[in-house]
Amino acid sequence: MVHWTAEEKQFITSVWGKVNVEECGAEALARLLIVYPWTQRFFSSFGNLSSPTAIVGNPKVRAHGKKVLTSFGEAIKNLDNIKSTYTKLSELHCEKLHVDPENFRLLGDILVIVLAAHFSKDFTPGCQATWQKLVGVVAHALAYKYH
Amino acid sequence: MVLSATDKSNVKAVFAKIGGSAEALGGEALERLFVAHPTTKTYFSHFDLSPGSAQVKGHGKKVAAALVEAANNIDDIAGALSKLSDLHAQKLRVDPVNFKLLGHCFLVVVAIHHPGVLTPEVHASLDKFLCTVGTVLTAKYR
Repeated sequence: MVHWTAEEKQFITSVWGKVNVEECGAEALARLLIVYPWTQRFFSSFGNLSSPTAIVGNPKVRAHGKKVLTSFGEAIKNLDNIKSTYTKLSELHCEKLHVDPENFRLLGDILVIVLAAHFSKDFTPGCQATWQKLVGVVAHALAYKYH
Repeated sequence: MVLSATDKSNVKAVFAKIGGSAEALGGEALERLFVAHPTTKTYFSHFDLSPGSAQVKGHGKKVAAALVEAANNIDDIAGALSKLSDLHAQKLRVDPVNFKLLGHCFLVVVAIHHPGVLTPEVHASLDKFLCTVGTVLTAKYR
């Protein structure tokens, strides 16, 4: 079980409370596909990913980004139990989706950058450190049931 | 990994926009590196790492200057950073993983201070550039 200080929980909930999950999720996923184009390998059914403009405007990317970040919200609601929150999703990503867990780390870092751009100086070093820890914990939980 | 012509012009545009604030950004990136990734502090046991440290600011300036130099010589980053590459291989021997961490923190500070500049395309170019710098600095390690 991960230990979160009161300050860390504050950093997480105060940021999350102001996040537009749909916009932020869409942006994070689009940037993942643009900055690390090899991640497009998982999305051959998404249609046009031929350029950054196409990716940003792609409705399937937006929808999936929202789905991914909504799921992140589940971790935040269950900070004391992230591993079990993600048991089924971890199995899914291993057995059905065959996603290398490194991709979870890449998406986590992109999410931190998107939050930094949105929250600017409010995204203090301490706040960033907490969110780095959170994305790391989520990535670890998603990789946990891999075999 | 190759920097395309577009990558190069994107990177130059970022540094033109950042201008003289590069030094401060370097310092802030280091500060965030130490807070978010405490293992990186092991290379600075001789530094005062408390918030606002003059040593951290000073070192941030050096880091920023190297990035600016690389951007200004983007067609030959290996040449421009050759001496720094020697230094890291022979003396500093910073584990290669840490360059990725610092690169990430640099992206974070650009996002914070110049969010308009960091479009997805520019983000990609800058990330590639920072990776290239890291690769150059560790190229002579073995």
